[in-house]
Amino acid sequence: MNVTVTVFAILVLAASALGFTATRTKSADLRDLQEWALGGRRFGTLLSWFLLGGDLYTAYTFVALPALVYGVGALGFFAVPYATIAYPIVFLFLARFWSIAHERGYMTVGDFVRGRYRSRTLEIAIAATGVLAALPYIALQIVGMKAVLSQLGGFVAIGGGAMPLAVAFALLAAYTYFGGLRAPATIAIFKDILIYATIVAAILIIPHALGGWHSIFTAAGKALSAPLHRQPLLVAPQMQFAYATLALGSAFSLFLYPHAITSLLSAKSADVVRRNAALLPLYSILLGIIALLGFAALAAGIHAPPNEIVPMLFARFFPPWFAGLADATIVIGALVPASIMALGAANLFVRNVVAPISGKIPSSNAAATKWLTLAFCALSLLLVLYMNVKFAIYFQLLGGAWVLQTAPTILLGLNSRSIPGRALLAGWVIGMIAATSFAVSDGFSPLVAIHIGAFTLVGFIAVYAVLINLAVAFGATLLLRVRPPEIEAA
Amino acid sequence: MMARRAWYWLLALPFIALLDVPIYDRIDPRFAGIPFFYWYQLAWVVLTAMLLGVVYLATRVRER
Repeated sequence: MNVTVTVFAILVLAASALGFTATRTKSADLRDLQEWALGGRRFGTLLSWFLLGGDLYTAYTFVALPALVYGVGALGFFAVPYATIAYPIVFLFLARFWSIAHERGYMTVGDFVRGRYRSRTLEIAIAATGVLAALPYIALQIVGMKAVLSQLGGFVAIGGGAMPLAVAFALLAAYTYFGGLRAPATIAIFKDILIYATIVAAILIIPHALGGWHSIFTAAGKALSAPLHRQPLLVAPQMQFAYATLALGSAFSLFLYPHAITSLLSAKSADVVRRNAALLPLYSILLGIIALLGFAALAAGIHAPPNEIVPMLFARFFPPWFAGLADATIVIGALVPASIMALGAANLFVRNVVAPISGKIPSSNAAATKWLTLAFCALSLLLVLYMNVKFAIYFQLLGGAWVLQTAPTILLGLNSRSIPGRALLAGWVIGMIAATSFAVSDGFSPLVAIHIGAFTLVGFIAVYAVLINLAVAFGATLLLRVRPPEIEAA
Repeated sequence: MMARRAWYWLLALPFIALLDVPIYDRIDPRFAGIPFFYWYQLAWVVLTAMLLGVVYLATRVRER
């Protein structure tokens, strides 16, 4: 067995073992949902930083982002402005969300919607959107793991990596089931240290080996030579609006995903959330460097399926043992968010879809959520093993556009209740239909061209859909005001 | 008393600087061989973190 595979296997098993240490927490009763799903809301600045960093900057990001830059050049770099402007949004809106949730004991966005708008229909709509968006996201973490496993060869590549995937995921399901959020939080520390080591090594070794950034960009420019645009290292003028809307729309939807909300609510104070808004951009610098690895792969003349270029760069430029460490980093980087996504989605589904349909108040017992977490893990694994990867990618893209349709309800409800729940529900319905039809009409492209007179504006479907959503919500609010006032329920 | 809201306006800067793509969609000046388009956006990651730090400290003091 070669060195790379050995180091890889040892590190992934060590991470899983760490996950199980969290299942032996003595300080808390893990049968209580608050303790199991939110770590008792006791995480301080440092642990929150590791957890949010491990949760938001996923393995799929680390595989797919350089792949995107490798394929389309500058346009793929939108992830950097996206991961930057997300933090003023966290500071301004999500810290406030934390405070409201803490004061009222809300555990999910669905709880917030029920409390704010007293509409169980809206609660189900917003919660179901989050669950639907989370499932393909979990599946894509597995896609990221698969890209690494198939590159590694040896025993881990047996059956296209299906066996080791199933083992890693069974372990993940087990420690999440027993330990709750504390399990991925513990692994996140380990994972993030590995990530920083990998990226520092990558930036020290790879540009040097390829003759510096200037020659990397020159070579990458030649390799891309996009027919659309005479300058492939820049965004074409007609795509600049698309670039800005991709960044803006993604930034607003990032923290509305169930896994982001779960990690956010585990912080022990709103101050921890605000401090992390200022500290988390450190990960966005890593993200930018990783995106530039797409150009390095072009300059190195790597020809491969885009998802495999990062492990190929590691294999080419790192010593074998370090390549094993870097590959393990990606796989562990998939386990942390996958665990939190399954947990967050399960919690949302049990509390805000199942409970309102059966006419109940959500229980504080963790049992149902724990079982559903296992089911979501299994479902995602099946999705990747038995379905086309393209299906998961399309579904994930659509999920991103859907999640943004929950933004008006959540963000407008933070400081006022001037927009009634019924108006927001109407906006949500039209926004979801708009997002879906934009996506389907153009072969699941995230971009759509809108023609206004002689102008053509190419933009992100999620942003166009949410503008329609807002227009409907505001319009409906005006219509509801014209009618005589109704009797308000408390 | 300066309103806390006044400090929050600082946080509009990253949105303007990053969403107005034409202002940075060019190659020169390069930094360490990296085209302007890329290093400008990476620099704004750092600047945004610093702005958030300033706003955090300024608004926290006022809360007490």
